[in-house]
Amino acid sequence: MIERRPALTVLSHLVLALGVLVVMFPVYVTFIASTQTSQQIITQVPMSLAPGSNMLETYRVALFGGETTYGSKVPPVASMLWVSFVTAMTIAIGKIAISLLSAFAFVYFRFPGRSLCFWMIFVTLMLPVEVRISPTYAVVSNLGMLNTYAGLTVPLIASATATFLFRQFFLTVPDELVEAARIDGAGPMRFFKDVLVPLSMTSVAALFVIQFIYGWNQYLWPLLVTTDESMAPVVMGIKRMISGGDAQNEWNVVMATAILAMLPPAAVVLLMQRWFVKGLVDAEK
Amino acid sequence: MAAVELRSVKKNFGKVAVIHGVSTVIDKGEFVVIVGPSGCGKSTLLRMVAGLEEISEGEVVIGGRVVNGLEPKDRDIAMVFQNYALYPHMRVYDNMAYGLRIRGLSKDDIDRRVREAAKILELDALLDRKPRQLSGGQRQRVAMGRAIVRHPQVFLFDEPLSNLDAKLRVQMRLELQKLHRRLGVTSLYVTHDQVEAMTLGQRIIVMNAGRAEQIGTPAEVYHRPATTFVASFIGSPPMNLLRGRVSADGTQFRTDSGSINLRQARAARAGRELLLGLRPEALDIGGTQFAAEIEMIESLGADHLIHARLGMQSLVARTADEIKLALGASLALGFSADAEHWFDPQTTQRLEI
Repeated sequence: MIERRPALTVLSHLVLALGVLVVMFPVYVTFIASTQTSQQIITQVPMSLAPGSNMLETYRVALFGGETTYGSKVPPVASMLWVSFVTAMTIAIGKIAISLLSAFAFVYFRFPGRSLCFWMIFVTLMLPVEVRISPTYAVVSNLGMLNTYAGLTVPLIASATATFLFRQFFLTVPDELVEAARIDGAGPMRFFKDVLVPLSMTSVAALFVIQFIYGWNQYLWPLLVTTDESMAPVVMGIKRMISGGDAQNEWNVVMATAILAMLPPAAVVLLMQRWFVKGLVDAEK
Repeated sequence: MAAVELRSVKKNFGKVAVIHGVSTVIDKGEFVVIVGPSGCGKSTLLRMVAGLEEISEGEVVIGGRVVNGLEPKDRDIAMVFQNYALYPHMRVYDNMAYGLRIRGLSKDDIDRRVREAAKILELDALLDRKPRQLSGGQRQRVAMGRAIVRHPQVFLFDEPLSNLDAKLRVQMRLELQKLHRRLGVTSLYVTHDQVEAMTLGQRIIVMNAGRAEQIGTPAEVYHRPATTFVASFIGSPPMNLLRGRVSADGTQFRTDSGSINLRQARAARAGRELLLGLRPEALDIGGTQFAAEIEMIESLGADHLIHARLGMQSLVARTADEIKLALGASLALGFSADAEHWFDPQTTQRLEI
């Protein structure tokens, strides 16, 4: 029985509205700032919250680079967006592929050293990227992978969390399904491709979102591994634009870049959301 | 050439012997039921025939070939599981076609076989549905369809009706019988339900604790049970087994509380401690051989079950007549000599005496 008390409903709506405001307001300000000129942002205090008229110009400069009102050059963000996108996609797809296979090995096969391998993977969960960053850098640079996509993605591509998630999911697949497939004549890899992977699609979708955003937001590692401007991901680009000290910052361009950097992950979440819901509604038996 | 032969098949899990050596010959087209209580090893035996369990000792022969080392797909068998085991993400058509696709049959062959099986099982309208859109009975038919399309030498059924409700179970039992009559494929069927065993099986293997206690036709198993286990497992309510000693002259059977008059005196029985088995329907109300105290009367409509007590031992009688006796009253009972089953109390084996 849900109590119907109008006062509480109003209160809960208020709290939710407040929450949305708190979260969305900074994004709104960023968007507004990206539609104004640099001049307007600096001279008008506090900044006007109405949309300005400079949107197209600002975004054009942000994406393709060029001269701004102050005569400073702005590097094109379009190439950085592409680097980020390729990195994030490679990391997400790579992680999922590797974890699916390793979870499959752990659940369906018995091999010597299985426990040991499992615990080793578990231990790596306790080691964040930062802890192992010096040796990883040394290896990557010795292998000549600096300033390459490989250098940006390979050290980040193994995932213990994804392996665990898939392992837990595979353990819920009934044994009889494996036996039926065996009687039908499906070998292990055939079973993996035809039965296990299709059944795991909802987990894959969920993990894809998480890993894509993880890959997109990588800052420390790309900072170390890239010196070439063309190989910098967009998060680095934003930071670079804000040069402190004497130089003038083109805040409108910076804000525009921030908005552009937020769009792809948001798009991925929205797209995948439809997949989750579809997967959740079709309750598998 | 027999369709399936089990030669002293044994199964050990580590040091524990789970199946102690089962041997039998199953002819082509025969429907054999393996029946027994939970944990008796019947599923394990079936899985050894299927190739899902290693055979510890002995041989399984299918179609004249020893299949001990072969993978399930090479044994020319098909299996129907208790939980159907349908691929949830595939349509009914694809569920049935999957095995054939892996075998490499042509698209036309596959289509022909699938549609043929669908017609037999009345699944034509359901071919495009996914398993979750089907009822339990429909899913079980799809599982059978998947087995039929393979045109195997042997069908293996692992308690396929256990997940269905009682009414559906009766319906599916009849459908299975019709199917067997139509297709004539050798079938090995595992169940814990003795009714299914009696109605479906042309021969029954009664298993207990890893041993085949009796292998015979339903009539043999019912009318001449080989051990006390078989006697009490087959038939509902179970056979009454009374402990006692036959008198020296062989005319009486003395229990702990009284005497039962026997119609025939046999020297082989005289003076021995034995178990007397009497089926509930074999006890005649109003007979003169012994009396028991009525404890409870269960009315099933067409029949009545009278639970009575003979000293420390309880027994059940079944009669179609209305019983006007009250609880606690004395029930006079009799039985013919043909209805007597004698067992050795130590070995539990049937004695022909």
